[in-house]
Amino acid sequence: MGMTMTEKILARGAGRDGVRPGDLVLAKVDFAMGHDLTIPPTGRIMREQMGADKIWDPERVAVTQDHFQPAKDAASATLGRLTREFSRDMGIKWYFEVGQGGICHTVLPENGLVLPGELIVGADSHSCTYGALNNFATGIGSTDLACVFALGELWFRVPETLKFVYRNRLKEWVEAKDLILYVIGKIGVDGARSKAMEHTGEALRHIDMEARLTMTNMAIEAGAKNGIMEFDDVTRQYLEGRAKRPYTPVTSDPDAEYEKAFEFDAEAVELGVAKPMSPDNYAPLSEVAGTRLDQVFIGSCTNSRITDLRRAAAVLDGHKVAPGVRLIITPSSHQVAIQAEKEGLIGVFLASGAAWTTATCGACLGGHMGVLGEGEVCLSTTNRNFPGRMGHPKALVYLSNPAVAAASAVTGVISHPSEVLDHMPAAIR
Amino acid sequence: MTLPKTIRGRAWKFGANIDTDQIIPAKYAIYSLDEKELGKHAMEGVPGRDTWASQVAQGDIMVSGSNFGCGSSREIAPVAIRGAGISLVIADSFARIFFRNAINMGYPILQSPQAAEGVDEGDELEVDLEEGVIRNFTKGDEYRCDAFPPFMNELLRMGGLVPWVRKQLEERRRMSRTPG
Ligand code: SF4
Repeated sequence: MGMTMTEKILARGAGRDGVRPGDLVLAKVDFAMGHDLTIPPTGRIMREQMGADKIWDPERVAVTQDHFQPAKDAASATLGRLTREFSRDMGIKWYFEVGQGGICHTVLPENGLVLPGELIVGADSHSCTYGALNNFATGIGSTDLACVFALGELWFRVPETLKFVYRNRLKEWVEAKDLILYVIGKIGVDGARSKAMEHTGEALRHIDMEARLTMTNMAIEAGAKNGIMEFDDVTRQYLEGRAKRPYTPVTSDPDAEYEKAFEFDAEAVELGVAKPMSPDNYAPLSEVAGTRLDQVFIGSCTNSRITDLRRAAAVLDGHKVAPGVRLIITPSSHQVAIQAEKEGLIGVFLASGAAWTTATCGACLGGHMGVLGEGEVCLSTTNRNFPGRMGHPKALVYLSNPAVAAASAVTGVISHPSEVLDHMPAAIR
Repeated sequence: MTLPKTIRGRAWKFGANIDTDQIIPAKYAIYSLDEKELGKHAMEGVPGRDTWASQVAQGDIMVSGSNFGCGSSREIAPVAIRGAGISLVIADSFARIFFRNAINMGYPILQSPQAAEGVDEGDELEVDLEEGVIRNFTKGDEYRCDAFPPFMNELLRMGGLVPWVRKQLEERRRMSRTPG
């Protein structure tokens, strides 16, 4: 019996010829990640409770200072310090200081640290992002990460795999974000609970790696354990000059078993949003167009890589943010910020009246630099809009792609980007 | 810490898709090393439940709908619920990271669609962890729970992943000391 990509990676990690969905396995981990919110408890559990004094392989660990950093208050400064000290004491090779890294899920792929065929864990739920690079990647808790740090291994339940096939190509303006919001709207926030989402089909061959990362990023919003994509030329080119280790791609066997297969016509997908208060509350843009906004946020590990910022800048160029609205733009990594500076994007943002911040999670989790007040309405390029996610439980958050966000900042209400820009230049589509 | 055979307490009822931002809003992550402080803010993000934590009596039981604990990987979610005094969480189903985190902490959680359906807030419950049975004294009902795979039972029985890792580390150290 054949295996899916997810099953093959877990079988290899467990040192077994084959695994089936439902099996519990103890598997070796290839790479692990933690950040300023999850490393302090991990360090304490590992050292004080488990009695481990070193990390199984400090070259296979990354730590980022991204959630509440640069420190937003004295308590988060303590978390930052504990994270810094632990990384230094353990000799962690891939430690990213404030001003040098950014959001974990952008930093790891851009530095070639998460590679095809690998088994990757991160103490952050959006660690499923890395699966666009043809690996098994999943989010875990702090006790889990302490176990990985101590032993280099962790227990996993082999998930059932759901297959998502996307026929045809996305239309102009419609981005990977619209596609994944549409899919989550169809299957629901627990539609893939604890399962693997395997994405495939023609539409994916025509989108770049950053767009693919946007899709796997949101696997967790359907409750999935991981999201995974096939290896192709786009993957190979993305990794050229980046990959820090040799790697071996995986493919699903033709006779692999799927719990269920879904087919979507990508060409039929329209621009869309997730309405408050859940990522599966999908609506076509036309249904919510005209909704008045207080804040627009372009940021997060979902949609603030360089291609996202290019599209936002194309829309904003020569326009001003509408009176009564604030636009906050947060690049998802320091490298993205440097590139945005080189391409003149930051100048466009500043001229439009946007607030440009350092690379951090910031407003995405209601941390700092854009926390919403009671009753405020925000359009955000992030991945979650549960009550209270970005601040007050009575704030309303809509999720969209960056071009829609930029256009809506200009008009002050949720708008189609073509109201501000005739056509998205083909080169950055 | 090993688990008792039975747990008795009053039920608190919650709906479906309660996510981690509602269980413990991210702003309290700065208290991630302080279970009691987290406990004071547990469930604060659930509309209408902002003062819930102050009403919980030590040992009370939480009963919730499907996909409980979806959202972030924050381990402070089950920690906050435990910190509030809840002895056991029962749900129609759990989101996977919440499920893992609870088992890893040795914190008992049970999947029981029957109980999620049948229990109302305030019902007096007794849970027999060994038999996997929930008794509702208020209604005179009994519900079954889904069984865990053996490895998870072992983890729960041992008190979570910490003692399990300690044992593994001891074995590895012994192996490395054995000559030859
Ligand atoms: S940007 Fe938002 S979703 Fe991404 S890692 Fe940070 S807090 Fe999590």
